[in-house]
Amino acid sequence: MRNTLIICRKELRSYFVSPVAYLLLTMFALIFGFFFWNSLRYFVYIGMESQMRGQSFPMNLNEQIIRPLLSNISVVGLFFIPMITMRLFAEEKRTGTIELLATSPIRDIEVILGKWLAAIALYAVMLLFTAINFAFLFHYGNPDWKPMAIGYLGLLLQAGGLLAIGTFISTLTKNQIIAGAATFGVCLMLWVLEWSTGYETATWAKVLAYMSVITHFESFSKGVIDTKDAVFYVTLIFVGLFFTARSMESLRWRS
Amino acid sequence: MITVKGLTKRYARTTAVDNISFEVQKGQIVGFLGPNGAGKTTTMRILTCFLPPTSGTANVAGFDVLEQPLEVKKRIGYLPETPPVYPEMETGEYLEFVGSLKGLNGAELRSRIDYVCERCSVADVRNKLIGKLSKGYRQRVGLAQAIIHNPDVLILDEPTAGLDPKQINETRELIRGLAGDHTIILSTHILPEVEQTCEQVIIIAKGKLVATDSVHNLQNRARGGESVLVEVGGRDGTLESTVVQQRLEQVAGVSRVVFKQSRENRSVFEVESLKERVIRGDLARAVVESGWDLNELRPAAMSLEEIFLQLTGADNTAPEAPPAAQPAEELAAKEAE
Repeated sequence: MRNTLIICRKELRSYFVSPVAYLLLTMFALIFGFFFWNSLRYFVYIGMESQMRGQSFPMNLNEQIIRPLLSNISVVGLFFIPMITMRLFAEEKRTGTIELLATSPIRDIEVILGKWLAAIALYAVMLLFTAINFAFLFHYGNPDWKPMAIGYLGLLLQAGGLLAIGTFISTLTKNQIIAGAATFGVCLMLWVLEWSTGYETATWAKVLAYMSVITHFESFSKGVIDTKDAVFYVTLIFVGLFFTARSMESLRWRS
Repeated sequence: MITVKGLTKRYARTTAVDNISFEVQKGQIVGFLGPNGAGKTTTMRILTCFLPPTSGTANVAGFDVLEQPLEVKKRIGYLPETPPVYPEMETGEYLEFVGSLKGLNGAELRSRIDYVCERCSVADVRNKLIGKLSKGYRQRVGLAQAIIHNPDVLILDEPTAGLDPKQINETRELIRGLAGDHTIILSTHILPEVEQTCEQVIIIAKGKLVATDSVHNLQNRARGGESVLVEVGGRDGTLESTVVQQRLEQVAGVSRVVFKQSRENRSVFEVESLKERVIRGDLARAVVESGWDLNELRPAAMSLEEIFLQLTGADNTAPEAPPAAQPAEELAAKEAE
């Protein structure tokens, strides 16, 4: 546990002393800010419309702003996750510092968990920036915070799974670009798998759709913790970290 | 302190280390000598638990590298060929990180950092980014990292590679200074380094153990009999070196006379004796009685270089030249640089 925290702290440090973290945070905040501004403007427009026509549309901040935006984050996140994980192991392999970690009295799994936790922590900070936007809604409106919290939990779980996969891919190469591109490809693939249900109802299409990370987010965005979906993400995390551990082990046998 | 038995490491196509066995006593400095690609790095990586051996055992400080790697790692300080430093960290921060990885904390960690900074003379760059340090400083930070937890065993992979002559000397001094407290294995392909710093030498070539002995014994062993350099000068102008050579060959106990060089009326010969024969007195008498001057007569100490070439069988090639068959991992490491 102590070793995991040491590694985690070191990773967070290197995110934040380099421009990496700031760049990611800025871009993410800008993109999300744009999304938020647009959907808020639309919401206000609909509100004025309903007043002018004299009919009252059902207006709900949770349903009309928070929920679609949380879904947006889950997709935008796919693009940022490779940038968070690509350097985790690739960089250590390139500079040879992996030898330091591998010859220190510390277990592989502690190294892996430390790095993965640091990646999640950075992602959580990114989510914090989106929460700042939502905070305004609480000031001017009265949205329900519970479904929102569950939505964030879902985002963290989803990112946890994808970050674990990214961490695994990062152990396969000493080239950050390759690690990043491969992770991006996998993330994208896991997203678009969902489309297969659009025109196909066969079993294989359902299986593919089940494997899509996005479909499992739907229940969370509605504020529902569906065990099935939670289990999916937790499984993804375990599979990713398990493969990372195996890969690190095979590094020694092959190297 | 270190016991290696029948250690073998095979990669897909190459055998990097082939059935080597050796022992290192506590407190010794051992030079691990061999041409590039001989298997030095691989052996060191096995000792540090970075790589598992294909077969054979390695025991460090009483623990097996396969059975109890964590215990071994606690007792080993390792400096790989390229110092494993993070360029975005400051020296002090880096040492703190490594120290805590090795299990130090609190006041002990702080005092060890102070100590190794002093010892490895990196105190003046403590607050500098490692990425901005010169190669020599980075190497010393690497060394500081290796000794931070006061390990029983220090394993240094080419600690002086890429340094300038002044830095090389400083690093050697430092390593010699560390010898009392730690058992040190240091790999190199630079021979004078071994002669200067090590008490014991292990020579490997192409993955096989060629020799293991003390520097002194090795010099004697490789030579066999005595070898003497003789410089003969002519009294009356000219000197026929062939005549001198013939005369020297007649001295009792001489096995071979090799003509080295000749300048004006002086000639230098290397004379080898038969095993366990003392010939210097007879040689001197023979030269003087023949009416020549004996300008110089001294035992020719065989340099490790010659021993090395003799033992590794690499005639004519300098030890620095990479042999054809280089294990894939070392090549990969080179590419990575």
